[in-house]
Amino acid sequence: MTGLAQVFTSGNEAIAEGAVAAGASFYAGYPITPSSEIAETAARRLPETGGMYVQMEDELSSMAAIVGASVSGARAFTATSGPGFSLMQENLGMAVMGEIPCVVVNVQRSGPSTGMATKPAQGDVMQARWGTHGDHGIITLAPSSVQDCYDFTIRAFSLADRFRTPVILLADAAVAKLKENVRFRSPTPEERAPRPLPNCPPEAYRPFAVDPEEKVITPLPPFGSDYIFRVTGSMHDETGGQGASPANADRVIRHLAGKIEKNRDAIVRVRRFFLDDADLAVIAFGCSARSARAAVREARRQGIPAGLLELTTLWPFPDDDVRDVLSRVRGAVVPELNLGQAAGEVRRLNDFGIPVRGISRVDGTLIPPGDILSALREARS
Amino acid sequence: MTARDCREYLAENRLPTIWCPGCGNGLVLKAIAGAFADLGLDRRKTAAVSGIGCWGWADDYLAVNAFHGTHGRALAFATGIKLANPELTVVVLMGDGDGATIGGNHLIHAARRNVDLTAVVVNNYNYGMTGGQYSGTTPRGSITSTSPLGHVEDSFDLCALTAAAGAPFVARGSVCGGENLRVLIRRGLEHRGFSFVEAASVCPTHFSRRNGLRTPAEAFSWLRDHSVPRERAAGMTEEELRGKQVLGVFADHQSEDYGTRYRKAAAALRREEEPS
Ligand SMILES: Cc1ncc(C[n+]2csc(CCOP(=O)(O)OP(=O)(O)O)c2C)c(N)n1
Ligand code: SF4
Ligand SMILES: [Mg+2]
Repeated sequence: MTGLAQVFTSGNEAIAEGAVAAGASFYAGYPITPSSEIAETAARRLPETGGMYVQMEDELSSMAAIVGASVSGARAFTATSGPGFSLMQENLGMAVMGEIPCVVVNVQRSGPSTGMATKPAQGDVMQARWGTHGDHGIITLAPSSVQDCYDFTIRAFSLADRFRTPVILLADAAVAKLKENVRFRSPTPEERAPRPLPNCPPEAYRPFAVDPEEKVITPLPPFGSDYIFRVTGSMHDETGGQGASPANADRVIRHLAGKIEKNRDAIVRVRRFFLDDADLAVIAFGCSARSARAAVREARRQGIPAGLLELTTLWPFPDDDVRDVLSRVRGAVVPELNLGQAAGEVRRLNDFGIPVRGISRVDGTLIPPGDILSALREARS
Repeated sequence: MTARDCREYLAENRLPTIWCPGCGNGLVLKAIAGAFADLGLDRRKTAAVSGIGCWGWADDYLAVNAFHGTHGRALAFATGIKLANPELTVVVLMGDGDGATIGGNHLIHAARRNVDLTAVVVNNYNYGMTGGQYSGTTPRGSITSTSPLGHVEDSFDLCALTAAAGAPFVARGSVCGGENLRVLIRRGLEHRGFSFVEAASVCPTHFSRRNGLRTPAEAFSWLRDHSVPRERAAGMTEEELRGKQVLGVFADHQSEDYGTRYRKAAAALRREEEPS
């Protein structure tokens, strides 16, 4: 199922198909609603393409296994939801510190704890950013359609390899369970490009060498090549040896944040609807961006000049795009299935003193477009 | 594969180790390098995966690929490393806290799942690195920094545990046993599937000292005097064996490993799907 085939399928299946198309060859996971179809699809599809599925004993080990597989050169991924995502945090940090590419899908459900397993939520925005301890950068993408699920999964692998980082695909139960027509396009050669090998002799290779400009990310060869090296979750010098001196620790932590921050142009993507002449902006992501799109369309029909900024990259947060929109409108509305996690980020960027109102919903149901429309109307008066 | 010098496998530029004088870890490290040398392993195709603890630093001193992960999860990282590249020989270095306490669930599932890994658990009966607290293998009655009254829990017999969980190769050696540990590790590496080798060891700084053994020499003598080969143990009563380490091989059978079984099944599926 590649090429141009149009298929009517769910977000979960599209994620697994996107991974296969991206050349993923390893999945480790532990089943959890509402993400289990990703595991089931991976278990069926990976052996067809020479890959491997392994169901681990929990999410700690699932996360660890994909990190291990990645060090052996595989494009590796896992999928989970709230409780499992919580368990993955420590070894997600291992991937951050060891600079090991991998893709983690979190199909958000209502929390905290076991919460409501089948109900959509968007409450893990900050967990995706800061769930693992310590300062670091992270990439998080948020799909709002089944096509996005497919496309963003491919992009997630490509970003992970390029920046040697875990990438989180932050889906939600609504988008993952939704069925839509999706085109299983072939990834571009760039998206499927194998990881580069170092171009130095093996003795000269430094797995944690850093370009202060963060233009060049040091390649990570697979275990088993001519390059013998050490990866570690402990503080390390360029060789992967112990490196706990203050100067070195400072350098490493700033690099872990800087390699993402300084490459925002290559990472951050947004979608703009009707923003050119908009007076009011809705800023949204994931399932709430679907409601927002409907609301903005209806607003336009009623003569309200509203537009939508859809954040398809959540981390790094699209600061420039949000600031740009805020500078042009008289008010902004941020609908989300949480108590204001993205709205807080938008307010951080509101240097313009315009009213930013959040629409929060945490009852396990979606935000009706009408609620957003009402907020737009109120913002106008 | 031809035998090589064990020094080829040691990262001599990183020596001396950070371990306390009299620690058992150095002897296990030497046994591992020796086993690698006996098998003439290609360093490029060998990976050492470690957890966190004093023993967890061992990979730093081995001149092979190394993965220094998180506390308790080394087997899970190693599972991914091996399954994604079956060419690698993967040795997993864990302490008793690391591999058998916080990582106990991974240990039994790794034994059952039977990925082709060789786990070397250095059992020094306590958490050395964090100051000598009790672990899942601390013997009942022992004093540790968190069992000042004498430990009230019973301990795991790691070989019985992993053998019961299905590991095809299970053995216990000791840092007092000369070349025996090297032989057991070599056999573990040669054995296809999950191999478990426990190295009974000493932590003179914390465990032995708190339990009346004032010097490393006393700690080693105690371990030697409380070790019994499996053959001799067979003729001893439960009472006589209390507080003793039984050394030897506890499981040694063939069982096709996960990667081989999976790849065979996948290849069969792909043949079925091929248009004939
Ligand atoms: C999740 C987590 N919990 C606790 C620790 C602290 N910690 C580091 S090593 C260790 C125990 C090590 O004991 P063991 O595995 O027996 O190794 P040893 O030091 O005895 O060789 C602990 C509790 C940690 N690093 N990570
Ligand atoms: S604390 Fe114990 S285990 Fe750790 S290095 Fe010292 S003697 Fe060895
Ligand atoms: Mg210990």
